[in-house]
Formats: sequence, structure tokens, C-alpha cells
Amino acid sequence: MARRAQPLTAAPGIGAAGFLAALILGTLATVAWRAEAGVGLTVADWAALRFTVVQAGLSALLSVGLAVFVARALARLRFAGRRALIALLGVPFILPVIVAVLGLLQVFGRGGWISDLLGLWGLPPVRIYGLHGVVLAHVFLNLPLATRLILQGWQEVPAERFRLAAQLRFGPWAMFRLIEAPMLRQVVPGALAVVFAICLSSFAVALTLGGGPRATTIELAIYQSFRFEFNLGRAALLSGMQIALTATAAMVALRLARGTGFDGGMDRPLQRWDGRSATARAIDAAWIGLAAAFLILPLAAIATSGLAHLPGLPQLVWRAAAVSLAVAGVSMVLSLMIALPMAGAVALGRHGLIEVAGMLGLAASPLVIGTGLFILLRPFADPAAMALPVTALVNAVMALPFALRILVPRAREVVERHGRLALSLGMGRWAFLRLVFLPAMRAQISFAAGLAMALSMGDLGVIALFAGAETATLPLEIYRLMGAYRMDAAAGGALLLLVLSVGCFWVLDRGGRWHAEA
Amino acid sequence: MLKLENCVIDNGGFRLAADFTVERGRIIAVLGPSGEGKTTLLEAIAGFQPVIRGTISWRGPEITALDPGARPVAMLFQDGNLFPHLTAARNVALGLRPNLRLTPAEWQTVEAALTRVGLAGMGGRKPAALSGGQRARVALARLMVQRRDILALDEPFAALGPALKAEMLALVAELARESGATVLMVSHAPEDARSVADEVIFVSDGRAQPPVKTADLFANPPAALRAYLGQG
Repeated sequence: MARRAQPLTAAPGIGAAGFLAALILGTLATVAWRAEAGVGLTVADWAALRFTVVQAGLSALLSVGLAVFVARALARLRFAGRRALIALLGVPFILPVIVAVLGLLQVFGRGGWISDLLGLWGLPPVRIYGLHGVVLAHVFLNLPLATRLILQGWQEVPAERFRLAAQLRFGPWAMFRLIEAPMLRQVVPGALAVVFAICLSSFAVALTLGGGPRATTIELAIYQSFRFEFNLGRAALLSGMQIALTATAAMVALRLARGTGFDGGMDRPLQRWDGRSATARAIDAAWIGLAAAFLILPLAAIATSGLAHLPGLPQLVWRAAAVSLAVAGVSMVLSLMIALPMAGAVALGRHGLIEVAGMLGLAASPLVIGTGLFILLRPFADPAAMALPVTALVNAVMALPFALRILVPRAREVVERHGRLALSLGMGRWAFLRLVFLPAMRAQISFAAGLAMALSMGDLGVIALFAGAETATLPLEIYRLMGAYRMDAAAGGALLLLVLSVGCFWVLDRGGRWHAEA
Repeated sequence: MLKLENCVIDNGGFRLAADFTVERGRIIAVLGPSGEGKTTLLEAIAGFQPVIRGTISWRGPEITALDPGARPVAMLFQDGNLFPHLTAARNVALGLRPNLRLTPAEWQTVEAALTRVGLAGMGGRKPAALSGGQRARVALARLMVQRRDILALDEPFAALGPALKAEMLALVAELARESGATVLMVSHAPEDARSVADEVIFVSDGRAQPPVKTADLFANPPAALRAYLGQG
């Protein structure tokens, strides 16, 4: 069999995948090695496992259950601002969790808008801490993603089918049975699995809204046993549990999930003839109104309360913002340095090893990697001094699955479309990379870069594990302000973080699409 | 001359046998029904399909195992012959220096080639700002500066209208006569072969027949060609 000539080389991609696998498996092995034998699972550990699964299950059911109705309404109702609302559905994905939590507290919290409203009738304020707070935050963060996934299902129903349905005068029931239900059967399991998998490794939400023996996720338990008890054995055991759980869920999600929710074209209006009765329109409008209010109110709360406190922000917050920008920038570069060669190698047909490494990225837990790196680095350096580099690295790994999903399809296309021409011109690998591959991938690279930077910017995870008192990223600083009941400064910081995250994403993504050719 | 000796080309399970010689400087049309291996034959000569048996040689030395870029072949594909993000001039320049590091004299060669194909002054445009015919001309300008001995054309003008296509084929023939290049062009249309080709290679039933003089072939078509042409 003759060797197939290739315009690129897969070696750097295989190297990157190897590095990734070594990082994830190496830290896991380190943690496992430190785990003392004979330590069994305590009652608290079982409670953490149960709580993790229960909250993730509830969050998935509620997010997807509501999304079914919101997506249907968005799919068939035409209204001014529909395009903007669908674009807004993409925001929670890059929204820093701590900002979402602060916004939710201002709306649903003890001293929040809803409680004030209830107080007018002499009703007691709502309580947001505990299971329902965690689920509320997860629904807030994942309802938009679930809606986008199901909306994509609606968009994939061929237009001819709606025409046929109109001609045969399908009523709402026939419409559901013959068109909607089959579509949902394909889309819903994947959406459930994706949201469930995301909520399993929830840390920041549980840290801020959960806690206590009855509302602790495994990730939070790892953090506590590491940070407060310095019980590495227990942290290791919990890490093993977490990895088994997320790996299983990630595998199921990958098997079931079809779209990514990032794809364009969702705001394309589709001609429909059903759902045009006044009642149907009113119900659709109500769903859209409720969903929009649920998404927009917390963000508006942050914007209004934050704006007032932005000028008087403590110096600490500004310094933390600068630190966050630097960490996010480094993390973005690292993420691309791993993802781009891997995408190139997959495009050349090296699936096996690369996809396994990508899977590991999806199943990896930031706190497990953090714990492992802590153990490995402690003999050589002060872990607190390593807090920022480690955070950048772990954030890069966490952004990787998304970066790969964005980069791989385009990389395949570029190699398929231009590879032969480059070869017939005798273009070397460097020339192909410089003149064809990178320029043609520019839009995707900057999209992935924006996503990686925004995700890192808003991450409150491994930094909490490592940071000494004097270093902090912006999310951690906000968390500390919340802990010190300085809610005004926290709100101002949250607005700053929101602007920085969304701003970084917007600038990078827009910059990349500037004058990009197909 | 281009020599294929007892070649068997494997295209993912489909096999094509070829055993023939093409004289230097000839313009050859490769004719035959769809899906019978015309593209496979050209791709094997250009180095994109593995030859599992036999050898390909050009003027003596064997080229069977060479990388596509190292062969004396320049190929135009059915589509995607230009990089959409590079200007016309840079697309042509790739034919001279695939790393785009050209001397001023070489840039002048590029400009001259563009002028020769009727695109003077349009070097700064990107493919999206050119018409289909102009894009084909850019690709031909690149073929010119590549100065390869063999030009393999896999219906690069299929998307153009009949008049434009005939014009492009005439231009190819003209350029080839100037440079003395050998041309192998895939075609579906017998009139293309009649208008520009000296000889025809007929591909059918997993076999590429040796080239036959165009006039002779159409004067006395074999059964398979008659069936293809619809002459019963």
C-alpha cells in the first residue's frame, strides 16, 4: 500500500494529545497513589454522591422540560427581537457562574426582588440556598443551551413537512404526534445527557449556593477535604468517584448528542402554518416572555446594581481584574496550542488517539487535575506561587472539548478542499500552515479563542484550591467579597467581570470574522 | 514520453488497469462513461492515487513513488483550484514559489502570466471578486508559471458555459503548444476532444485504452465508444 502524501504533519497533534493524556491521567494517578489504603467512603461522601446526582438530574429535567416549550414557541412565533433573543441564548454559556449567582441572588434571594414583592403581601421571603438554589442556578445557566439544542431540532425538520402538514390540515395533536414527537425523541435524550453531564461537575454554583452536609457536590467535597482538612486520601477517593461519574456521563452524552448548540442558522425564520390561532400565539408569547424575563432579569439586576458601585471599586478588585485578563490570555493561547495541532491531526485522519484525548478533556475534573498538580509540584515550588499558571493550564484543558468541536470540522474541510492543490504545487508543510491552514481557519480559531478566554475569565474552580491570601482572579475576589458580606463591591466586580468576559469573546470572535472568506 | 507499464491503480476497492505510452507534446483527451476511472487515471499520474502494481515513468526515470509536488505534473481539479483567501496574483505566485517568497523579477513573471491570459491589472482581486471564466484564467496563469511538462486537467471548466469552455480549452491548447507541454484532459464531451485533442484515451470497464488518433477513433469507433456516444 502506497503512502498517502499529506499537506500537514500529524506529529504535533499526537504530541499535544499525549501531553493532554499525561496531564489528566498523570494527575489522577498521583492522587490515587496518595490515597491511603483502607479509607472507605464515609456517610458524608455518600451524601455528596447522592446530592450530585440528584441535583444534576433535576437540573437536566427542568432545563430540558422547559426548553421544549420555549423552543417550540421560538420556532413558530415571529416577533420583533426574536433574532436578538436567540443570540442572547448564547450568552449564559460564557457567563461567569459567579455573576449568574449574584444576579440570581438579587432577584430570588432573601433580600431580592421576588422576596420584596412577597413581603408586600406579608409573605415570608424565598430561600435560595440549598438544593433548590443550586437547581435554580443550573436551570438559569442551562435552559438556554437546552433551548438552542431543541431549536436546532426544529430547524432540521424539512420545510416540506410543514407544507404537507398545512395541506393535510393537521391539528395541534397531529402536529405533535407526527412531527414534533419524532423530532423530540431524537433531540431530547442528547440534551438531557449534556445538561446532566455539565451539572455533575458543578463546583462554583455549589460553592456559593450549596454547602453544608445536605447540599455538597463531589467537586465541592474534594475542595473542602483538600483545603480545610488537607485530607489527600479522602480527596483522592472523591476524585476517583467524580471521574467515574463524569466519564460515564460524558460517554453517554457524546453518544446521544447531535448538535453542539453553537451552530449558526438558528435565527433563520421557517415558514410555518400551524400555531396561528390566538390561543396558541398567546401561549407561545407567554413562554417566550417568561423565559426572557428569567434570563434577562438577573443580568439586568447585575447591570443596575453594579453600575452604581463601579466607580468606587476597591483597588483589590481592579488588580484581580488585571490578573484575570492575564490568566485568561495565557489560557487561551495554551488552549489553541493544544487544540489546533490536534484538530489538524484529526483532519489528517488520525482519529483514535486524538479523540480519546479529547474525551478525557470532557471527563476530566478541574479539581482532580488541580489536586494532582498540587501534590506533584509541592516538593519543588510553593503551590500558592503556582496558583496562576496552574489555573491557566487547567482552564485551557477545560476549554479544549469546545475548541475541538469548533476547529475539527473546519480543519477537515480545509485539508479536504485545499490539500491536493497544495500538494500538487509542492507546498511544504510550513507553507501550507502559514498560507492556507491558519488563514482559512481564522474565523474558527478566533471563535475558539474567544470562548476559551471567556471561559477562563469567569472560572472559579482550581484557583480557589490553590490561591494564597494575596493572589486572586476576579471571580475569586468577588467570592471573597461575598463571603465578607460586601455585596455592593461584589456587584460592581460582577459587572466588571461580565463586561470583560463578554467583551473578550465579542472582540475575538468579531475580529476573526472580519473579511473572512469561505 | 509518459509511460504507464502494467499499472493497476487502486481507488478504495475500484481498480483501473493502464498500460500505454503518450508522446511528448501531445494533447490527449481522456474520454469515457462516468464513474469508469477517468479521474482516477489522472490522479494516479499526478500522485494522488496509489499505484499498487506497475510503474509510471517520464522521459526515462520512474516517478511512481514521488510526492505529487515532486512530479513533472501540474493538475487542475474539477473545483477548488484557487485559494479563496489569496489574491489572484498570490494564487499564481504559488506556482513559482509555494512559500510565496518571490523576488521582484518573479512577481513580474506573475504579472506577465496574468496579462497573457487576459487579466492584466486584476492581480489584486480575490477569487470571490472574479467571474467563473476569470477564475479559470487565473488557474491557467498558474499552470503557465509552474512550467511543468505534463498538464492534467480534470474537467476544470465543467461549470462554465459551452462558449466559455471552448474558449478556455483553446487557450489551454495554445499555451501547451507554446511551452511544449503534454496535456491530459478528462472530458465528457466528444466535441471537446475533436476540437483540441490530437489523441484520445478511452476509459471503460476498468481499463484505460492506449491513445488513438482522434480522427481515426471517431471515424471508426469501437463498440464501447459507440455505446457511450449513443450510436447503438
